[in-house]
Amino acid sequence: MAQPLTEGISRYLAHRASWHPLEIAFWALALASVFFLPNKHLILTEIAILALFALSLDLILGYSGIISLGHAAFFGFGGYVAGLLAKHNIVAEPVLALLVSGLAALILGFVTSFLVLRGSDLTRLMVTLGVSLVLREIANQMDWLTGGADGLQGITMSPILGMFAFDIAGHVAYVYCLIVLFLLFLLARRIVNSPFGLSLLSLKGNPLRASAVGISVNGRLVAIYTVSAGYAGLAGALLTQTTQFCSLDVFSFERSADVLLALTIGGIGYLYGGIVGSVLFKLMQDYLANLTPQYWQFWIGLVLVILVLVGRERMASWSAPLRTLLARIGPRAGRPVEATRPSPAEGP
Amino acid sequence: MAPVLETVGLVKRFGGITAASDISLRVEKGARHALIGPNGAGKTTVINLLTGMLRPTSGQILLDGNDITGVEPHERVRRGVARTFQINQLFGDLTPIETIGLAVSERMGTGRQWWRVIGSKSEILDDVVSLIEQFHLADVMYDRTAILPYGKQRLLEIALAIACRPRVLLLDEPAAGVPDAERHEILATIEALPKDVTVLLIEHDMDIVFSFADRISVMVNGALFVEGDPDDVARDPRVKAVYLGESLDA
Repeated sequence: MAQPLTEGISRYLAHRASWHPLEIAFWALALASVFFLPNKHLILTEIAILALFALSLDLILGYSGIISLGHAAFFGFGGYVAGLLAKHNIVAEPVLALLVSGLAALILGFVTSFLVLRGSDLTRLMVTLGVSLVLREIANQMDWLTGGADGLQGITMSPILGMFAFDIAGHVAYVYCLIVLFLLFLLARRIVNSPFGLSLLSLKGNPLRASAVGISVNGRLVAIYTVSAGYAGLAGALLTQTTQFCSLDVFSFERSADVLLALTIGGIGYLYGGIVGSVLFKLMQDYLANLTPQYWQFWIGLVLVILVLVGRERMASWSAPLRTLLARIGPRAGRPVEATRPSPAEGP
Repeated sequence: MAPVLETVGLVKRFGGITAASDISLRVEKGARHALIGPNGAGKTTVINLLTGMLRPTSGQILLDGNDITGVEPHERVRRGVARTFQINQLFGDLTPIETIGLAVSERMGTGRQWWRVIGSKSEILDDVVSLIEQFHLADVMYDRTAILPYGKQRLLEIALAIACRPRVLLLDEPAAGVPDAERHEILATIEALPKDVTVLLIEHDMDIVFSFADRISVMVNGALFVEGDPDDVARDPRVKAVYLGESLDA
């Protein structure tokens, strides 16, 4: 008994973290966009940055259940740090400056993480929103440093690694953002498939029991919130670096709301939701803005209302085919044939 | 013999209600100690105080003579105190493999590792396999916990506590609501625990209590009422009056 059992379990665990063909196809498609959609690189850059931002939100919302309406706090902080580093030539090389900006947001995330430990979802919404508004106002008041309401101007970027200069058509910027997104995605994927990632899922599901098996719930929440803030800061830094501009708008409530919408559209808790959602969100925004330059916000608002009316369950369900597929060929592949039986929960 | 777990004058008040009043309980090392009493007597409150899920209004809790009154719940688990819950507290979205693996991984101190893919440590795997086998969970081990039959969930509930390999195990009505067939499995596993594991059991089924326990404490209205050997407690007329009498009426 024990031998097949051991094999079954280790096969199950191996498949749990294995790459699904759809995932490989997805990244192949992303790579293809570099070569086959050269005139779309500007919007693709925006999408990649939003996707990274949404990925960072998924780490806290999808994997540990922390809801935030102020994730722009870290996005904006990373953006301003990157802008100041470049403007004053403190760290001229973009990749290094990116890392420094991410680290700065990481530290800010660690410090503010203690605020989200206590209280319910509503408290967390208010606290996170509050933090982002406070930061926005600080950036507004410190105009000697940040340029205040005029934004941080006069940023000129050095070539990446001293070799690849940013071009006006945005080719270099897109490749740069895509590589950063991919590397950080790999890291996030590793984190959620680790024992640490599993413990996050457990405390999201039942914090009481998680503490009863010896998990320091608060410690884990602080850790993932800090990492997530670092991710958001990197996304913000990418925006500043690729646009060579940074304004108070990076801290805005709309930015926090947009990323939450993008993630919700794509579906939370499987890492690809933020990326898929960002593609859909940006394409929709772009299409509607072309259709009615003045009133696109009306249409996007209408679409969102419909999304909400249709219901969260259905929104979750239209990412379900992808998830089911991932689940079927992914983690469940280790299931021995004799153990397979129709489960009552999977009816039509 | 020194007690492994001891409380000194433990009091818990919720507003005006005293759920536990002046509880001084000594649980000897290796004991099979039962805590019985009518519904609402405060038994689960005592478990919650012992595990740190509730903070006492006053009083002390000692583990191996060390004061753990202010120690966080997860830290008490690491020091060897684990519990089961009267009402299943499981991770609905995780499979039994993941659930047990999680607890084993935490016990081995690898739960914080974020760079390692799950399943790459053979010690953990071995432990998971033996627990899955011991608790007859192999046929459901790939399923989400939320869709498991109640009896299997109950087994997982207990397996999860055992996976922490506690020195002191607090069982809150482990067999409650379990069909007879699986009830036997659960009791057999508890009986088969190593002798040096101390067990504090809350149970309503007197057959289980008297066949299992070597020491019984009776709680009534938040206070310890009588304590003694099973024979003494069974003969005690006061216990018959307040506890057994009541349960016969019910």
